[in-house]
Amino acid sequence: MIPVPPAIQRVPWKLIALLSAIAGFGLLILYSAAGGSWSPWAWQQGVRFLVFLGAMLVIGRFPLRLFEDFAYFGYLAVLLLLFAVELLGFVGKGSQRWLDLGFMNFQPSELMKVAIVLALARFYAQLPPASTRTWTALWPAALMIGLPAALVMLQPDLGTALSICIGGVVVMFVAGLPLWWFGSAAAAGAAALPILFSMLHDYQQKRVLIFLDPESDPLGAGYHISQSKIAIGSGGIGGKGFLNGSQSHLDYLPEGHTDFIFATMAEEWGLIGGLGLLFAFFLLLRWGTRVALRARTRFGQLVAAGLTMTIFFYIAINLSMVMGLAPVVGIPLPLFSYGGSSMLTIMTCIGIILAVENDSKTGTRRFH
Amino acid sequence: MFGKKSPPITEAWRGITFTRRAIVVGGAQAALFGALAVRMGYISIIDNERYVLESESNRVNLTLIPPRRGWIVDRQGKALANNRVSLRVDIIPDRLHNKDLVLGQLRTMLRLDGDAMQRIERDLKAASGFQPVAIAEDVTEQDYASVLVHLPELPGVAPARGFARYYPTGAAVGHLVGYVGAPSAEEYQEAKDPIYITPGFKIGKQAIEKYFEPVLRGKPGAKRVEVTARGKVVRDLSTQPDVQGKTVHLTIDADLQHYAARRIGPESGSVVVIDCLTGDLLAMASMPSFDPNSFSSGIGVAEYKWLSQNDHVPLRNKTLSGLYPPGSTVKPMVAMSFLEAGLSPEATTFCGGGLRVGNRVFHCWNRRGHGQVNMSKGIYQSCDVYFYHFAQQMGMDVIAAMAKRLGMGEKFALPVPSQSFGTVPSPEWKMKKYDRPWAISDTVNATIGQGYMLANPTQLAVMASRLATGNVVMPHLTMAANRPAMQSLGFSADHIGIVREAMNQVVNGAGTAGRARLPIEDVKMAGKTGTAQVVSLSVGGGKGGLWKHRDHGLFIAFAPFDAPRYAAAVVIEHGGGSGAAYPIARDVMTFLFDRDKAMEALTGFETGWGGTIEERMARDFAIWKAGAARPAPEDAA
Repeated sequence: MIPVPPAIQRVPWKLIALLSAIAGFGLLILYSAAGGSWSPWAWQQGVRFLVFLGAMLVIGRFPLRLFEDFAYFGYLAVLLLLFAVELLGFVGKGSQRWLDLGFMNFQPSELMKVAIVLALARFYAQLPPASTRTWTALWPAALMIGLPAALVMLQPDLGTALSICIGGVVVMFVAGLPLWWFGSAAAAGAAALPILFSMLHDYQQKRVLIFLDPESDPLGAGYHISQSKIAIGSGGIGGKGFLNGSQSHLDYLPEGHTDFIFATMAEEWGLIGGLGLLFAFFLLLRWGTRVALRARTRFGQLVAAGLTMTIFFYIAINLSMVMGLAPVVGIPLPLFSYGGSSMLTIMTCIGIILAVENDSKTGTRRFH
Repeated sequence: MFGKKSPPITEAWRGITFTRRAIVVGGAQAALFGALAVRMGYISIIDNERYVLESESNRVNLTLIPPRRGWIVDRQGKALANNRVSLRVDIIPDRLHNKDLVLGQLRTMLRLDGDAMQRIERDLKAASGFQPVAIAEDVTEQDYASVLVHLPELPGVAPARGFARYYPTGAAVGHLVGYVGAPSAEEYQEAKDPIYITPGFKIGKQAIEKYFEPVLRGKPGAKRVEVTARGKVVRDLSTQPDVQGKTVHLTIDADLQHYAARRIGPESGSVVVIDCLTGDLLAMASMPSFDPNSFSSGIGVAEYKWLSQNDHVPLRNKTLSGLYPPGSTVKPMVAMSFLEAGLSPEATTFCGGGLRVGNRVFHCWNRRGHGQVNMSKGIYQSCDVYFYHFAQQMGMDVIAAMAKRLGMGEKFALPVPSQSFGTVPSPEWKMKKYDRPWAISDTVNATIGQGYMLANPTQLAVMASRLATGNVVMPHLTMAANRPAMQSLGFSADHIGIVREAMNQVVNGAGTAGRARLPIEDVKMAGKTGTAQVVSLSVGGGKGGLWKHRDHGLFIAFAPFDAPRYAAAVVIEHGGGSGAAYPIARDVMTFLFDRDKAMEALTGFETGWGGTIEERMARDFAIWKAGAARPAPEDAA
């Protein structure tokens, strides 16, 4: 046997294969959604994936210490960017989310999903164990989550705000904060739902109402959900076959290449394709969770668990939405939906988790 | 929570807590994935069938093709109503994106006026989804081609090639055949059939077209096309052709019908011709009429107004809905009742120009008197006094019974939406209707076809045919293979002969209608004149003065007199007397025996009247419109 050089051994081949499988499948769907054409979506998405895959591997080689050191700085920088969006960002599609950098439209709220996890992980890693159950463990974290979430809500972007919150809350949860805090917060949140609901924008309120009763507006806001369910349901077990999806090809399915790409896929590949993709995502999340459990440092543990949750949140919300289990919120399916911002976030997350994994291989673990 | 019993928080404790909680989070994630997998399985297995259907109904757009209507043909198979190719342009509201631009383009291309644009705007507002809105029907080949060429710039516009109802003889069959039109909203609500909202689909609205709607309709075809969400047609999937409706075979003789309608000329009146041997109605002309062709493509507001405001009531079918005092045309019927009741035909009375009944003198139409009058002379000279005299002897009951036996007051089983069947007055009838006893003067009035007596022209024709043949002639409008044999009325052959001969004398002897003699050597027509008073003589002269004050002219006839084959009734409203009616009866009857001679006469008349029916109608409408447009010039835009 030829000895495999350590440099090659260090490359996470299994992870690359898994990501490539998911993204490659996505490219096929984008190819079909464009009516059997590499342009305008599949080609660009493929190039983007390769670039981000390279970036991910580079991030993965960074020492974990670096992320810990720059966690607060990064968080503050992104927070400033969010303020900048409020002041300078341009309005697109009815909301103010983007910053025009000249060469690309940049969405700082995406970066916040990563930054909040890093910052909170740093905070709890530094917190003396004895303070875990004290007030000191709560208020700085709540402030750190609340500030960016509120800014993102102003844009308004309900999906991203929820994503920021859930990433942060999961870090707090695994950091060992008392359970009853979460229980009572959940209860308070449930009680405050009507108030929160009234704070939503009209179109967001409408989406929630439509979600509760989709038949009330089959041609309006309920149209997305109905058409998505028709696409998935009509695919059956085996699907209608590659390039044969009528819902997407005849434009009945809106956003068939972005938020509703899962429905486009399920129509042509059926339940089998859907379960396959679900399984691939499951493997990815299992890897993230395992990295968290094996992490060498407390920072690594918290970061891996939080980022895994961030990725999970994308998948779960998107799939619930297209299957009619959640209101329509603009959240893409990781690695699958066409678009750069979300792929950048996901690949950054995976890169950092990879850095945690590499870190745990280098030294001795501190916790057992 | 900070009770003293809590274990001290150490790094090791924190590590264990993390592991536990991370497993909980991971487990929750896995559970949610499981739920998503189950949900997906549910949608794609359990609900699969439903969603496959929905995706199909998304993808496939079913367009109905209106069926071609069955023809309406005459006894020889000549079309009274058929179909011709018609080009139309519709808008599918769902696919219309730039409404103002598209409508503007169509307006110039199809030269639509403000009226049409208003209607289209209104229809577009009311329409929903894929229910098409008609822009223009019956567009010319050139206009159609120009729309086709510009179609890519006109999203939502749907040109189509279809069929339109066509009535070759136009106004001549207006009342008889009726017309078709687009179904109304109420009719759609009632039928709930999608064909009702398909552009180009027409249903029968009147007369034969309405009555035989189920027969004439046929079965719609269907075209399946694959469409995108925006309604763009991707490809044709399949087409099922329509099934044409069945033909309705009428007993009408199309040429005779057309001739009779033309022969009425500028008068307001009707002609009914019946075959005495079978009861087949050969002509039911009612003029003036409307052109059913104008109705089938949606009649204009102005044209409808013109028709409904005309004092000659072109919208009323006078052959069935026109009720008139039959006047002296009842005299042969009354004479027959006398004969059957035992009166000798030789019994005479003296006519000195009038007869005192009670304290009132009833005049004969001839104030100078007829001298000694027997039954025959009573008929051919139409002597009123003869009938005043003997009616008082014989009583109203025998007259009323005979009138009913001969078809007066009878509602015939004809395929028409409505018919007015008039009145045969009798003592019981008057008691019931007016709660007053029958007076002797009522008998006197009824016996000359005035007073309460009312009949429609079809009944008069039937009366003539029954008198002539002695059979229960039942009128028919549709051809049928086997009809029951004709029943006899049970009259004595002598009595029939006496009445026939008297009616022969009316035309061919010393009677009141000498000018009605047929210009044919071996065919003699028998008839009876009638003049129905419209207003009392003190208002109008009966013959001159205002048109609407003039007397109605009536004439019943049959020919040949000794072997009756055809019977006819002609009623000319306000014709100023029977002289307006019998020349028409003469020419129509001539047409049945010698078409060339009849046509020759007609051509001469039409030159005098200023052209054919169509030419005269067009000119009248133009004049009316010019007059009507003046007071409201803003409408003309």
